[in-house]
Amino acid sequence: MELVCPAGSLPALKTAVDNGADAVYFGFRDSTNARQFAGLNFNDKRAAEGIEYAHARGCRVFSAINTYPQPDGWVQWKGAVDRAAALGVDAIILADMGLLDYAANKYPHIPRHLSVQGSATSYEALSFYKDNFDIRRAVLPRVLSLDQVRGVAKRSPVELEVFAFGSLCIMAEGRCYLSSYLTDESPNTRGACSPAKAVRWQETPQGLESRLNDVLIDRYGPGESAGYPTLCKGRFEVEGSVYHAIEEPVSLSTLDMLPKLKELGISAVKIEGRQRSPAYIADVARTWRHALDNLEARQNDYKVDPAWRNTLSGLSEGGLTTLGAYHRKWK
Amino acid sequence: MMKLSLGPILWFWSKQSVFDFYGKAAEWPVDTIYLGEAVCSRRRELKPDDWFDLARDLKACGKEVVLSSQTLIESEADLRRLRRICDQHEFAVEANDQSALQVAVRNRIPFISGPSMNIYNVATLKVLARQGLKGWNLPVELGRETLDQLIRGLKEEGLDLPAEVFAWGFLPLAWSSRCFTARHYNLPKDNCEFRCLEHPDGMELRSRESQELFRLNGISTLSGSRYDLMRELPDMERMGVSTVRLSPEHLGMDEVVKRFDQVRRGEVPATDPLQLVEAPPCNGYWYGKPGMDLVG
Repeated sequence: MELVCPAGSLPALKTAVDNGADAVYFGFRDSTNARQFAGLNFNDKRAAEGIEYAHARGCRVFSAINTYPQPDGWVQWKGAVDRAAALGVDAIILADMGLLDYAANKYPHIPRHLSVQGSATSYEALSFYKDNFDIRRAVLPRVLSLDQVRGVAKRSPVELEVFAFGSLCIMAEGRCYLSSYLTDESPNTRGACSPAKAVRWQETPQGLESRLNDVLIDRYGPGESAGYPTLCKGRFEVEGSVYHAIEEPVSLSTLDMLPKLKELGISAVKIEGRQRSPAYIADVARTWRHALDNLEARQNDYKVDPAWRNTLSGLSEGGLTTLGAYHRKWK
Repeated sequence: MMKLSLGPILWFWSKQSVFDFYGKAAEWPVDTIYLGEAVCSRRRELKPDDWFDLARDLKACGKEVVLSSQTLIESEADLRRLRRICDQHEFAVEANDQSALQVAVRNRIPFISGPSMNIYNVATLKVLARQGLKGWNLPVELGRETLDQLIRGLKEEGLDLPAEVFAWGFLPLAWSSRCFTARHYNLPKDNCEFRCLEHPDGMELRSRESQELFRLNGISTLSGSRYDLMRELPDMERMGVSTVRLSPEHLGMDEVVKRFDQVRRGEVPATDPLQLVEAPPCNGYWYGKPGMDLVG
C-alpha cells in the first residue's frame, strides 16, 4: 500500500518525502483546493521545485483541484488543471464532473483521481466516474464501515485510497453544507470548513468561548483544553442536554486496521492535514512508514508498536483517536 | 407559470401519516410530487410496493410523480433498493447520488438530479445532459447569482434543462453514517428503536445561547431556520426557473402550498398567520450570504 502524505508548503512537502511518503499531494494558493488557508499551498514556482525534489527521490506528486467551480470561477479552475498538467504532476485529484470531463478530454494521459469530495460511496458510483471520466483511483469518504469498504472494494472498477490518519470528517464529504450555512464558505465553494476568518475567541466570566460568525460553538471551563471551533465538533444543546451532539474532537487513526485494508486490496492510505506544520508531517509520515514497512515485512504478524500509537496520540485532536465509521459501533 | 413541487418527506413519519399526507396532497395545487425514502435505510414504514402504489394513485390524480433515491448509499442492501426504484418505466427518478446516476443511465430511465447532487457549473450539466438528464435541482448552498449564470449558460449551449429551486422548508445540509438521533438516546444505530418517529420535524440543536442552529434528523442534519424564498418567486419566474420545491412538514403544509400557489399566480395573499412548526426564517443562501441569515 502506498503512503500518501499532505503537503501544505514546500518545507512540508520535502519533509514528507524525506520521511517515507510514496506520494504527496498539494494544492494551489487559491480556493481551487479543499484546504484554502492563508499562507498555505503553492504557487507554480514552488510547485515546480517541490515536484523536482519529490521526483528526484522517487516520490510521486498529486495535485488537488477538488472544489467545485461556479460559472464565474470556471476559467480559473480550468486554468488550475492546465497548470497542474504543465507542471508534470503524476495525477490530478478532482471532484467536479465538469472539470473531470475537461481533464479527461484535454489531458487523457494524466491520471485522474476522484477526490473524497466526489462523494462516491458505492461501486456503482465509482463506475459512473470510471465510465464517464476514466478515473484511475478514488478516495473513499470516511463514512463507510470496514464491511462496507469490503463491499465496495470487491467490485470497484478503480484503485481505492482510504483515509488513515488526521482530522475526522463525519459527514459524507462533498455534500456537507454546514459551514456555508453558518458562514459564507464551504468546502465545496471555497475549499474551507469553519473558516478562520469567521473564528473569534473570547474570555468571559463563564469561560473561554469559541465562536464562528458569532455562533457559540463551545465554551471551556478552567482546565479544559480548547480546540479549533470546527462547527460539527462543538458542544450544543439538544432537548435540554449539552454535549458533543455531532462529534467529539478526535482524530481518525486506522493503524490497527492496516492488515485488513491490505487484504481488501486497498491501494493507498492517505494522511489528512495540509494545514499542519512540517514537524507534524515528519512525525506522522515516519510513523506510518514504519507501520507500512512492518506490515510488508511481517504480514500476518503485524503488530502496532506502542511507540507509534504514542506519537500519533500526541498529534491528535484532544489526544484521542478513533477508528471512526470503519468501526460499526461508532455510528 | 412555474410549477410547484413537493420534495420527498425528509422526516420519519408513520405509514398512516404518510398516506394521510399524500391523500391531502392529491388535492393541493402542486404539479410534481417526489416520493420515497431519501434519508435512512432503516426507515421502512412503507415497503417499495407501498411507494409504487402511492405513486400510481397520485399519478391518477394528475400529479407528475418522481421517485427519490436515498442520498447516502452505503451498503449492498441500499443498492438493491436503488435498483428496485430504477427497475421500472412508469416514473422518472430523482438521483440523489452518483450511484443513482449510474443505475438510471444504465436502465435508460429519465432522471432528475436532486439538491444534493453537486451541480455548480454548466460543464457538469452538459456531462449529465449527455447521459439523459431531464431536469436538475440547484444545490441548496448556491444562490441567485449562480443560478442566473447557470440558466444563461444552458441557453447559450442550446440546452433545455428545467431548473428546480428548493424554496421552502428546512434545508438538508449534511448526511453522515452516524445517526444523531440514536446518538442522542445513547442507542446504537443498528438498534435505534426508530426514535425518529417521535420527532416528525426533527430534533432542535441549539447553541448554548439558545440559538436555533440545526435540526437533527437521523443521519441527516438540516437547517435550524426555515428557508423561505416565497417573495423571490417573481424573480425566479423572470430568470426562467421551471419548478419551485416545497419540503414537506407535518403541520400547515396545505396553507404553505396555497400561499405559494397564490404568489406564483400573482395573487399575493394577505399575511395570514400559519399554524407551522415554530422556527425562524432564513434566506441567506439566495443572496450569497451565510445560509442562516435573513436578508431584507
